[in-house]
Amino acid sequence: MLSFILRRLLISIPTLIIISLVIFLLLNLAPNDPMAQVPLTVPPEVKQKMREALGLGQPLYIQFLKWLIQFFWIEPQVFIDYLFDTNFAEGKQRVISWQTRSPVMDIIVQRMPQTLWVVGMSYVVGILIAIPIGIYSAYKQYSVFDQVGTFVTMIGYSVPPFFTGVFVIVIFSVQLGWLPSIYDTTHSVVDWETFKTQLKQMVMPVMVLALQTTAMINRFMRATMLDNLNQDYVRTARAKGLSEWTVVMVHVLRNSMIPVITVIALNVPAIFGGAIITEQVFKVNGIGQQLIGAIYANDLPTVQTITFMFAVLIVLFNLLADIIYGILDPRIRYD
Amino acid sequence: MTDNNNITVKPRSKVRDVWDQFKSHKGALLGAIIFFSIVSLVMIGPFLWPFDANQIDIRSRNQGPSLLHPFGTDQLGRDTLARMMAGGRTSIAVGLAAMALSLFFGSFIGVTAGFYKKLDGILMRITDLFLSLPLLPLLLVMMLLFREPLSEAYGPERGMFVLIVVSIGITSWMPTARIVRAEVLALKEREFVLAAKASGTSDTLIILRHIMPNVLSPIMVSATLGIANGIITESALSFLGLGFPPDFPTWGRLLNDAVDYIQQYPERVFWPGLAISLTVLSINYLGDGLRDALDPRMRKR
Repeated sequence: MLSFILRRLLISIPTLIIISLVIFLLLNLAPNDPMAQVPLTVPPEVKQKMREALGLGQPLYIQFLKWLIQFFWIEPQVFIDYLFDTNFAEGKQRVISWQTRSPVMDIIVQRMPQTLWVVGMSYVVGILIAIPIGIYSAYKQYSVFDQVGTFVTMIGYSVPPFFTGVFVIVIFSVQLGWLPSIYDTTHSVVDWETFKTQLKQMVMPVMVLALQTTAMINRFMRATMLDNLNQDYVRTARAKGLSEWTVVMVHVLRNSMIPVITVIALNVPAIFGGAIITEQVFKVNGIGQQLIGAIYANDLPTVQTITFMFAVLIVLFNLLADIIYGILDPRIRYD
Repeated sequence: MTDNNNITVKPRSKVRDVWDQFKSHKGALLGAIIFFSIVSLVMIGPFLWPFDANQIDIRSRNQGPSLLHPFGTDQLGRDTLARMMAGGRTSIAVGLAAMALSLFFGSFIGVTAGFYKKLDGILMRITDLFLSLPLLPLLLVMMLLFREPLSEAYGPERGMFVLIVVSIGITSWMPTARIVRAEVLALKEREFVLAAKASGTSDTLIILRHIMPNVLSPIMVSATLGIANGIITESALSFLGLGFPPDFPTWGRLLNDAVDYIQQYPERVFWPGLAISLTVLSINYLGDGLRDALDPRMRKR
């Protein structure tokens, strides 16, 4: 098992480097100029100086290497400095945003909590709704409950978040006026009243994202439960005289959870991607909105860093899913 | 069926079998009917409807539903029904074209990887690599970077169409490639392929004549999912303002425009959103039914 984990870890390093190269080349080979917004009255020599100040004068491979060093060597040092009050990174060049001329990572750290709150909460809510529904749907296959559940799942699967989001805004903010349509990130929770306000502004974005999660996981949960319910060991368990609750909730559920847990791990990056749109709908100033803003403003270092962080998330959670699968299912030990 | 005396049972074709199974899935049948009515509505509708999608009539702007304009008009007095039909045309065309492109890449890579053992390793590594790319951010980046050069080369609308279709195509072929490869790996060891090989058939002919017809069913199921994915992705890009130019309606674009007027005219977001959702829902049901119908194990029951 250990050798498998090590091997998988080693494979993910070249994968990440190739992905970063792909993202870097895509951004740098495309025709565009960060100086396009600078007034025409600025002489060309000055523009050239400005370009060099942004680190654009050098050949591509040096730019790429520099970015790699900044991302993998200097930024972790900054993080360590922050944690232990040391000064490893002092005076070293960090990844600088063209938009704000401040380190990209600092802005990401400011934006991250909002995204994590909304995305993380919606994922947990979605899973908590999906699993019981999936279990009961499979147990009562083709019942009215199952039919309705499958239909709702199909809707959650098909209706894109930019419509569900706008739709709930129309109903609950515009027509009924119960909930705010804009997520206020400056709001801080100090007492019961502010907690209620926070809860109110979180309900809609969380539920919109949770609908997607629920649809995906419920579908999967139901399918694996159905697979397991028809197995011989279930009949044996019933023949032994175990109660129905024990058979379903202990024997079948445990075996069905193995693939479901891996799916839950695999879909974490996808839900972050979905958050880009949901953040745009509810005006949450998280990572997704930072990415969109940077794309509009032609701020390549920010776009590159955020896109690459998404890639890291995907590779990391793929790795995690593989390892969890190996640990939970003794039949699949990759050695 | 070995009993030759009893020939009262008529031989049944495969297509007939598939159709019978498909019909028994109510949701799939309804999905197919809805999808094909939406397609024919947006294809034929603009020829019959008196208003043009871009015809500005500033005096009748912001009207509610009436007999003349069943879905109302927008802030420039353009007829919403006409814009919905024109938008649907683009959205569905993008979905179909992106699906075709992604199926082409997917089946080509899948068949090559499954059939030629030497290429299998590298092609599957590439597939894994593509699966680890953050697709939505990359799509947004591609829109940002290649919008202008392509608009200059092909004109704003056609350039954007090419860009969106190609971008969706090259970021969505991976599942198809994996499924097709798995099928081809199993098929390659079957007797009829060995027989073809033994009789000296060239690799190209074996692939075209013996392998492709047998992997058609998983490809067809991916095709339905591909259309849905294409429509949703295009709408998402247009919704974020990085899709087609503003005067060129698509469902996502119409939704995006309607969001600006959400306080005054909340009903406007409803039609494009409903159109996207209904189309994708019907396609997903269609795909579900198709999967069941094309699976021989399901059919025997």
